[in-house]
Amino acid sequence: MSASSPIISINMISKTFPGGVQALDKVSLEVSEGEFFALLGPSGCGKTTLLRILAGFETPSEGEIFIDGADMGHVPPNHRPVNMVFQSYAVFPHMTVAENVAYGLKVTRTERQQIPGMVEEALELVRLEGLGNRMPDRLSGGQRQRVALARALVKKPRVLLLDEPLSALDAKLRETMQLELVRLQNTVGITFVIVTHDQNEALSVADRIAVIDQGRLLQVAGPAELYEYPKSRFVADFIGKMNLFEGTNVGCENGVLSVLVNGLGRLEIPVTEATHADVGLAVRPEKMLLLDEHPGDAYLAFPATVDKLSYQGSETRVFLANEKDVSFEVSVRNASRDSAADPFKGRMWVAWKHADTLILSD
Amino acid sequence: MIGARKHRVMGPLDYGRRMWVRLSLWATLIFLYAPIVILVAFSFNDSRRNIVWRGFTFKYYEKAWNNDALIEAFTNSLTIALISTVVSVILGMMTAVLLWRFRFPGKAPFEGTVSLPIIVPEICMGVAMMTFFADIGWPRDLPWPLNLGAITIAHISFSFPFVAMVVRARLTHFNPELEEAARDLGASQWQSFRDVLVPYMRPGLLAGGLLAFTLSLDDFVITFFTSGPETVTFPVKVYSMIRFSVTPEVNAASTALIMITIVLTAIALRLQNRT
Repeated sequence: MSASSPIISINMISKTFPGGVQALDKVSLEVSEGEFFALLGPSGCGKTTLLRILAGFETPSEGEIFIDGADMGHVPPNHRPVNMVFQSYAVFPHMTVAENVAYGLKVTRTERQQIPGMVEEALELVRLEGLGNRMPDRLSGGQRQRVALARALVKKPRVLLLDEPLSALDAKLRETMQLELVRLQNTVGITFVIVTHDQNEALSVADRIAVIDQGRLLQVAGPAELYEYPKSRFVADFIGKMNLFEGTNVGCENGVLSVLVNGLGRLEIPVTEATHADVGLAVRPEKMLLLDEHPGDAYLAFPATVDKLSYQGSETRVFLANEKDVSFEVSVRNASRDSAADPFKGRMWVAWKHADTLILSD
Repeated sequence: MIGARKHRVMGPLDYGRRMWVRLSLWATLIFLYAPIVILVAFSFNDSRRNIVWRGFTFKYYEKAWNNDALIEAFTNSLTIALISTVVSVILGMMTAVLLWRFRFPGKAPFEGTVSLPIIVPEICMGVAMMTFFADIGWPRDLPWPLNLGAITIAHISFSFPFVAMVVRARLTHFNPELEEAARDLGASQWQSFRDVLVPYMRPGLLAGGLLAFTLSLDDFVITFFTSGPETVTFPVKVYSMIRFSVTPEVNAASTALIMITIVLTAIALRLQNRT
């Protein structure tokens, strides 16, 4: 099992629904064996359609899909080496927990003597041991989710598909289940593909994330790369918070890009690649500093007036604006009790390192 | 503090505290059940006429039991009701699933025609059935139970739309992901239908089946037009007996019918609660 062999390969998939709505537009990507892969995007972006195409509930209008090396073109859902955890969990209400988990084994004619053992093992895996005889309506939302997981995992699929599995849970339980999903994936070693609109969820569980918007694949990268080096304005804005300054390109020479930003003036930023298009300059709020004096040449710094504070516990978000109405959002970590009380007011310098400036041309 | 007593808040179970609530409750009960109570009571009346109470007896039950024509009509009714219920449930279920799952040209008119037998006056249905069976030359002299065919078909045609409607209503709340989950776990189309959709429809099928059974058992108008001299059903027989005189024998037979209906309903409800 080499980590690089693709278990799923999606090749130029497009999907247009009857009525002309285009859900997917020439999406290509590969998922490696054993990966925890996330499809991330706003609602209606096509990520669920892509997952349903993988499961076999939708047929692509164009393009092809290979799972475990086999073309899935005309393979019905019941003959695919994948299993799915549905958004509504879809636990069969008229069967007990154990019957739910056993269902997939029974319909595919697993040997009868083996079923109880496999069910028991699957329930242990999701920490539901002892609840086998319960009916689903006597379970909590989190428990029902575990039944759905056990029911899919007991089939030992090559790929587990998860459609917004945590969206119905409350915030605290969601965090627990995120850790639980990662633990599960490490235990069973199966490839997980999760669909989510929650960027924090994607960042915290996935090895790699594909960002999709309006049916198009924008970027595929690991969580840190996606956060620190987004390739487009959409990704930069969708993942985390971002200060974005639109600028006019006035020249790129000797590895220095000159950008004219309305309200900030002319900025010189060292670049590795020459760009001649107009660009957006983006800086994460936590990369910015609030200082009483200009910090020196390694930094870009602008005077601005504190407008509003938003205390968030672990951090305080400070909103500032300069006299030309350019606004900044700076996030300050409350590393000690004193700093939480530290008042930010009046005129301050908003500063960040040159290297923390992102240049976005898309 | 005047009026404090009058304005005491009424709890949900305090319906007996207000005179008008109590009165309307009793009025409803009397309207609904007094005729049935009288029917049952007079089946034990030791008199040839149904007017004055002359003492308690079981003899009219015995008489009804020994009335071969009445028992034959009763058997006919039960046979027709059982067959038409089974067929109606299957047909109604398939119609409901068809209307729920698929989109096809002419779906709206089709949905309309399915519910037509519910709307069309029974007398028209009866006449239509009679002319239809006469025109196609439906054989009249078949041996029992084949001679009940015409009535059974007529009963199916007005029963299955009720089943279809009840089941269709239940299906609107079905979560399609349940069926997809079954498919995803390896079930074929047929297996997911059998293991997921049918159990979900079960209460609707039971309710619809019960409805079909009682509709068939007590149908008079349509049956009257489709039955021949050899194929008399219970309601038609009771009607012909009453034309001579209303005897406690009719009461006894009717009471038996009520008991059968109550017992069957109780069984159906129990089955429904168990799943």
